[in-house]
Amino acid sequence: MSASIEIRNVTKRYGGLTVLEDISLSIAAGEFVVFLGPSGCGKSTLLRMVAGLEALDGGTIDLGGTRIDTLPPGKRGVAMVFQSYALYPHMTVAQNMGFGLENIGMAREDIARRVTAAADVLEIAHLLDRKPAKLSGGQRQRVAIGRAIVKEPKAFLFDEPLSNLDAALRGRTRLELAQLHARLGSTMIFVTHDQVEAMTLADRIVVMHNRRIEQIGTPMEIYRRPATRFVAGFVGTPAISILGVKAAELGPRGLTVDLGSAGVLQTRLQLPVAVPAAGGLEIGIRPEDVTVVPPGGDGIPARAEVVEHLGERTLVYARLPDGQQITAEADGRSTLRAGTEVKLRLDPDALHLFAADGRAFHVDAGGYDG
Amino acid sequence: MAESWRRSQWRNGLFALPFLVTFAAFLVFPLIWGFWLSLHKVDLFGPGRFVGFDNYVKVLRDPQFRQALLNTLIFVATTVPTLVALGLFLALALNHLTRATAFLRGLFFASSVLSVTIVTLIWRIVFIPNDGLIALVFDHLGWAQIGFLSTKGWSLFSVGVATVWWCIGLPMMLFLAALQQIPVDHYEAAALDNANRWRVLTRITLPAIRRTVLLVAIIQVVMQFQLFGQAQLMTNGGPAGSSRPLVMYIYEVGFIRWEVGRAAAASEILFLIILCAAMIQYVVATRNQEGV
Repeated sequence: MSASIEIRNVTKRYGGLTVLEDISLSIAAGEFVVFLGPSGCGKSTLLRMVAGLEALDGGTIDLGGTRIDTLPPGKRGVAMVFQSYALYPHMTVAQNMGFGLENIGMAREDIARRVTAAADVLEIAHLLDRKPAKLSGGQRQRVAIGRAIVKEPKAFLFDEPLSNLDAALRGRTRLELAQLHARLGSTMIFVTHDQVEAMTLADRIVVMHNRRIEQIGTPMEIYRRPATRFVAGFVGTPAISILGVKAAELGPRGLTVDLGSAGVLQTRLQLPVAVPAAGGLEIGIRPEDVTVVPPGGDGIPARAEVVEHLGERTLVYARLPDGQQITAEADGRSTLRAGTEVKLRLDPDALHLFAADGRAFHVDAGGYDG
Repeated sequence: MAESWRRSQWRNGLFALPFLVTFAAFLVFPLIWGFWLSLHKVDLFGPGRFVGFDNYVKVLRDPQFRQALLNTLIFVATTVPTLVALGLFLALALNHLTRATAFLRGLFFASSVLSVTIVTLIWRIVFIPNDGLIALVFDHLGWAQIGFLSTKGWSLFSVGVATVWWCIGLPMMLFLAALQQIPVDHYEAAALDNANRWRVLTRITLPAIRRTVLLVAIIQVVMQFQLFGQAQLMTNGGPAGSSRPLVMYIYEVGFIRWEVGRAAAASEILFLIILCAAMIQYVVATRNQEGV
């Protein structure tokens, strides 16, 4: 059972401080949506508003066509997995999972049946009689998910559920969550500040920043066509390189940008009239779109300051003659060392242009406002 | 090097010496000396005579002692549950920070800082016949007067009321501290689990603070078994010894009748009763919580 979620013009204030402003968002039934953003951007607050743990100061939230923001948390048909798991310490795993069903007066046998079924799915059947204190972090996390599953909610809400796990367990649990979503087909909202979790789990990512939604899109849209400079900088590891534009001229073939010591690049970028072709413009380019030219080749001169040999690829953190930093990618077998002079080549078709107001423009479709 | 290490280990013990000396002088020694006295027929003016357990036999056969023991047991059995329940109720009611709750917390705790003399003075004014607060209220309502401090049954009740009023601050504060340790997300999870207020109280809150409930109960049992000042100042144990607690019996035997050995024997019995009561509570409570 899954249902669509409609968030309309939602606003949240704490006293005079506005933490969410006029947020609107549609989530289709069965969709896995990730709220991604830095700490303090309001993503957890928005999730807690869907759960009913925070009141709205404006707007409405519908679940499956029914308005839920006026209902108490338990009546909304959602289940939440907390960052700290929030398991009841004095109850066994089975009691933890069955507590919500007991509260709605479900028959004991039906509760046992649902708990056993969920425990089988999560492979925690052997833990049902244990108390949370006797469980590892990963097991607690599964119990917390199990507690959500048994309620057969219309939507699952996850509030940074992987952040308390170690790196190896986090990777495995991420995979299991993806499998769980495929199996249950439920609507899921997942809050994280970890872009890897967002990129790997999401059908769509909602990037949030500074009280607002910056962009909603599939992981590849977010990565390849960031709507703003913030999104471009927040998503991607290592981060996108940003270079200042000295001068720009829009010609029939596209925009020509003067990047100072990085040279003059002819791009196929087309700009809407509203964007001035000079003043405060920047370009962004991802490391994989900046290549190290083999010795003797032609390219932009730079000095490799740090070289990271990662096995399958080599990352080169270089500095241009005018002091700007740029990250490039070289072959995994590269023997390049820090301190050497290199030549770099930028792929002009992979450039992102950022206007002074932060809006981004990309090569093949012009402006993109998210 | 090994020698200096051993020496430094021995010297480290000096840090604990001031406490150990105080502990031995004011707790261990009086305990042993009290037991030693209880085996002697002794007054405060001369050397005693060893009488074995004779004092214990006499104390246990003394109807006044038995009445005082019964009074004390009734007192403890009624005031301790009241203090635990009322303290918990107040803590639950005041477990959110507003100006009103901060003021009320202070108000309820304020009685705890008063001396027993002030407390009993206040409650005498409340209970005293004819001009007391309750007497005035009863007059106003046209009800018959009750001699709260001079009627058998009512006198111990009155001492109990004053005691609860005096002692409620500590249980309330301990419960408040325990309630504030419960993670908020447990309540949020319970809200998402559709738990009503009663289920939240009985399934989330009370299990989470059970250790504090036990602590408060043990502290109060130990304190209320030692009832003395309120009874002496409000009723002087009367009428007819119906509100005389054990400690008052010990005081009268030791310092009015000068039978120090017998008073020491009664003290040792009281000590054993308190020890047993606290231990039973502890064992029963921890057995119920095994595996938690």
